[in-house]
Amino acid sequence: MDAVDGNAIGGLLHEVFGSEMTTTVGVCGACGTARQVGELAVYARAPGTVVRCPSCDNVLMVFVKIHDRTCVDLMGLAALG
Amino acid sequence: MAGTALRGRLTWQAAKVLAVSAETATVRTVTLDVPDWPGHQAGQHVDIRLTDEDGYVAERSYSIASAPGEPVALTVERLDDGEVSPYLTDELRAGDELELRGPIGGYFVWEPEDGGPLLLLAGGSGIVPLRSILRHRERTGSTVPVRLLYSSRTLDDVIYRGELDNPAAGVEIFHTLTRHQPPGWPGYARRVDATLLAEVAWPAGLMPLAYVCGPTSFVEAVSQTLVQSGYPPQRVKTERFGGTGGT
Repeated sequence: MDAVDGNAIGGLLHEVFGSEMTTTVGVCGACGTARQVGELAVYARAPGTVVRCPSCDNVLMVFVKIHDRTCVDLMGLAALG
Repeated sequence: MAGTALRGRLTWQAAKVLAVSAETATVRTVTLDVPDWPGHQAGQHVDIRLTDEDGYVAERSYSIASAPGEPVALTVERLDDGEVSPYLTDELRAGDELELRGPIGGYFVWEPEDGGPLLLLAGGSGIVPLRSILRHRERTGSTVPVRLLYSSRTLDDVIYRGELDNPAAGVEIFHTLTRHQPPGWPGYARRVDATLLAEVAWPAGLMPLAYVCGPTSFVEAVSQTLVQSGYPPQRVKTERFGGTGGT
């Protein structure tokens, strides 16, 4: 499946974090690569949205919408912001 | 509830369709009246939400085709297996309402003070946000030099053809048609590769700023080639549409 960029989930991220996030820097917890969220690899057709490190493929963030709630997992990130 | 959008928060609101115009056989530009639109930057997008009679909701992102200061316009390509685009291209009429939130995104945007020279690379409907950048450049009187390389399947698939045939001063436009070319076609006739980019792209020494938008495979191939030819990765901004269509 083709990845899109973090740009594509700018709306979802704004909803979750309450502000524009695509220029915020995320640091991969596995390889330490620091990229703007807009540059991260996003797989949006899984059951939920999976955000991966474009360098090492580590899963950085997972968002799953259940009814009106969005469950957020940021375990793969060393830092965000 | 309509009309209660809070500043700083991204809320769904109703937009009214002002006009729908055909760009190609499968592409339409939808011009919208969005009450309380806070304004957008060239390169940003909006989310569109459709809800069917059973309550099933489908959301998609669409790049804004118009320049800041112009009414919000979205250019949408019909995907045959799409949940949202066939409705937007085939069913939507002036006067209809559409649920929208935005503007969204700060990464794939250009302002005149970001400078250039600009290298814009579009595959298929990836031209849409780049067209917003071109119009913004022209409307602000920017003189930043621009080269646009636009890859389409056939001449009939070229979006904004009339507009691109009459570029503003300082804008050079190159087309490549990957599937079929009319007799006597003066442009390129193959997929964008390193040789083609070497002919068209600004030399890396000029510190150009590149925006690459299109299907994922197009964006990956083009952005990697640019970086290999010496463009710093942070000067190559990408927006992947996913899928394979359009180039």
